Parts: sequence; structure tokens; C-alpha cells
Amino acid sequence: MEIEKGLKYTKEHEWIRVEGNKAYIGITDYAQRHLGDIVFVELPEVDDEFNAGDTLGTVESVKAVSDVYTQISGQVVEINEELLDNPGMMNKEPYESWLACIEFTDTSELDQLMDAEDYKKFCTEED
Amino acid sequence: MKKTPLYDKHIELKGRVIDFGGWALPVEYTGILAEHEAVRTTAGLFDVSHMGEVTVKGKDAEKYIQKLVTNDISTMADGQVYYSPMCYPNGGVVDDLLVYKLGQEDYLLVINAANTDKDYRWFLDHLEGEVEIDNVSDQYAQLALQGPKAETILQKITDTNLNEIAFFHLKTGVRFKGSTALVSRTGYTGEDGFEIYLAPEDAPLLWDMLLEAGKSEGLVPVGLGARDTLRFEAALPLYGQEISQDISPLEAGLGFFVKLDKEDFIGKDALLKQKEEGIARKLVGFEMIDRGIPRSHYDVKKEGKTIGFVTTGSFSPTLKRNIGLALIDEKYAQLGGKIEIIIRGKNLKADIIKKPFYQKKYKK
Repeated sequence: MEIEKGLKYTKEHEWIRVEGNKAYIGITDYAQRHLGDIVFVELPEVDDEFNAGDTLGTVESVKAVSDVYTQISGQVVEINEELLDNPGMMNKEPYESWLACIEFTDTSELDQLMDAEDYKKFCTEED
Repeated sequence: MKKTPLYDKHIELKGRVIDFGGWALPVEYTGILAEHEAVRTTAGLFDVSHMGEVTVKGKDAEKYIQKLVTNDISTMADGQVYYSPMCYPNGGVVDDLLVYKLGQEDYLLVINAANTDKDYRWFLDHLEGEVEIDNVSDQYAQLALQGPKAETILQKITDTNLNEIAFFHLKTGVRFKGSTALVSRTGYTGEDGFEIYLAPEDAPLLWDMLLEAGKSEGLVPVGLGARDTLRFEAALPLYGQEISQDISPLEAGLGFFVKLDKEDFIGKDALLKQKEEGIARKLVGFEMIDRGIPRSHYDVKKEGKTIGFVTTGSFSPTLKRNIGLALIDEKYAQLGGKIEIIIRGKNLKADIIKKPFYQKKYKK
């Protein structure tokens, strides 16, 4: 299983790439492996506002439906429309396949997240 | 969890093993989409050893089974296989099963794994005449070899001329290296193929021999995930979804397997009444127009009113579309009709389309 260094991770197996005050959110390699072939994704809309813990979107594999949460509050400034036609990208390149980008102001929320090393430990405990 | 005789093979092949109604079975090996495609284009090998088997023997065997099932087994020849629902007196379904006629006084019933205990009690409760029944589920492993290359592959490892086994027929005493099996040209995928019943201890060797013989033909092991998407595209019913104790075979569109003109059988009166009064619900196929994947038990609406529910829904790996089967009020069941599927609180548009979604490729 791959875990990319430099990203933040959540207990629900999302990754967050922070660039300035923007957070790109996707699902981890662990998540995509557990879901299996992903065949559908529902994304938020640009300008949607979220609080930490809200459902950002939904990812569906052939057999499973899984919500994707944001642990960062803020407004959606960009969505990855490519995934709508090619949801299987999340299986092939999970760390390239961000769902949405959120602009945030409260940096303290980032401190609640795991780094790569902590997340690796967390996954081992999950299995 | 119960293990099939092929459990170690699934682990070796890195199958993702789940708890499937108390059985440790692989949901997938490499991925549902690839496994599904292999069965449609080349061949797939399934471990279906969890299925239940019950023998029915004796002078009154035919009469006994005839009373239990809705199909008319009196027209069966030796070596033939029939599919049939088995009903409660109210017309709901106890289970659906395959009846294998080995001889006039010798039958094998193949039933759903999750229903095996319930069915066997049902069989015992309705024993009549000179009949001996036995739950032999533990004495059989079952492999399913399915797909356009199935016959070519199986022929490589047996001298029995498989061409002689016609669709929904069986042959006993089919010899492989190290084992003898019952082989039928049956399956649950909509493709040509075989189901192979043999002693549990012989199953691992046959499994390996098949994978080896099929390598050059593109044979892959296939898990339960693709088994479900394959049967769904072919609109083959799954107990607990398209049929159940609350859904009659007539509602599920299985009227062909309900012979209301045969002698008395359990459920006949209720099913006759349904037919006379008009069947209130109908199983339809539909395709999503809006974006969304339908799933079992999602509500179906029309003009704000709930008219039924989804029995099975999925992304179709073959058609690459989101489709489903739904049991709805007969009034709205016409082809081309517009319905709405409720997905996460949203009313999403769908059109009623013809089923099966995938034209079966049986060798007849």
C-alpha cells in the first residue's frame, strides 16, 4: 500500500494536499483498494461551503458506496471534473485524483490531521 | 466462518475474502470489472462450493418434488436439469433451485447456500410417501466454469465428449485426472459453461488443472462480486432480491417456471388467484438517465408517489451504463415509461427498458 509523504491524512482515509490556503482532497490508496473498481463519483459544486466533518462527495465502486468527508472548513474553489468521466483514475492514481479543492481560513483544523507516518500506523491497526 | 475446500487457493491467489452468509469466499481477485469481462469474452472459474445439495430418492421421489416446486418435473428426462421456484402456500418463494434428474427415483436438488438449512427443514416438514432425503451439501464441492471458452478448456482435461452435454443437461461419472464428477451445462452468468460437482477432497486438484489448462485461453478465477454483476446483466433472479418470501415468482416474471396447469403443488391456489385477479407488481428493467447508481431497496417513485423499489442495481460492466431491476406497481410498468429512483434523497430520472440487459449466449 502506498502512502505519499507530505500529505495530511484523515481517519476516514482521505488525503489532503495543502497549497497555501487551498486544500486538495482525495481518497487514499488504502481506501481505493478496499472499495475495489470505482465506477462513479459525485462531486460538490464550486462555491459550496463546508464545515469540517461534512460530506464532500460520494465515491461508488461496483459493490460499495462510500462518502468522502472534508475535515477542513471552507469554500469549494475547484472540482476535478475529469473524474466524472473517468472515476477509475482514483484506483490507478489515487494521489493524483483529487475530488475538490477547498479554500480555508482556519489553519488549526490542519493540526488535527495525521501525517504520513501516523497514517501508516493507523492503517496497520485498521487491518 | 465456514471454509470451502478451495479456501487455501483463494488465499494463494490473493482473493479478497469476505463473510458471505457465513462462508469465507472471495468477492474478487484482481477486480470485479476485469473478472466480469473475462467471463464475457474468454472464461472464468468460480468456487461455488457453498451451494447446498439435497438428494431425493425413492419410488415417490417425483411425486414429492412435484408437490414442492412450481415447475413441472414430470416432463423431465433422465440427465436433464430444470430450474424452478419453490413456494409457500401464499405464493411467496422459499427458494429457487435446480432439479437434477439422475434417474426416475433419484434426484439432486441444488439450493442457495444461505437457504440450505431453511430449505432442508421445509423438505423434512413435507415428506410424504416412499422418499428418502439427505442434505449432502458437505459431500460436494462445486466449481463453475463459465464463458465462451469454457468448453474448449474443460475438454482439454477430460475424455468425455462435452459436446454431448446439451444445455441444461448433465452427465455423471465424468473423469478427470484424480477425480470423477457430475458435470452439467448450466450456470449463472448468461454465458455458455459448466457446473462441476465433485468430492471436496478432489476439488483443489481440479481447480489447479482448470486454471492451468485455461491459461492460454484467458481463463481467470472470478469472485462473487462479478458473479453478481454477470447474473444481473442477464436478469437472472437472486433470492432475497428479485424473489423472496414476499415476492411471488409471477411478480418476478418467472411465470414460465410456474406450471399452473399441473397437479396440486404448494402455492398453486395463491398463484392461480394472483393470475386471475391480475398481478399487481411487475419486475422491470430500467436505465438511469440522471447520474447515479441504483442499489437494492432504493425507492422508486412516479409523480411523487412511491410505486416500488429497486431489487438489484449496478453499474453494468458490459454496457457501461447504470441500470437496475425494480419491482413496481404494474400500472407503471410499460416499456419506455419514466420513473424516478431515490438516491441519497434525490429523485433521479430513469427509463424503463427491456430485460435482460445482456442477451444470453447459451449453447442450445
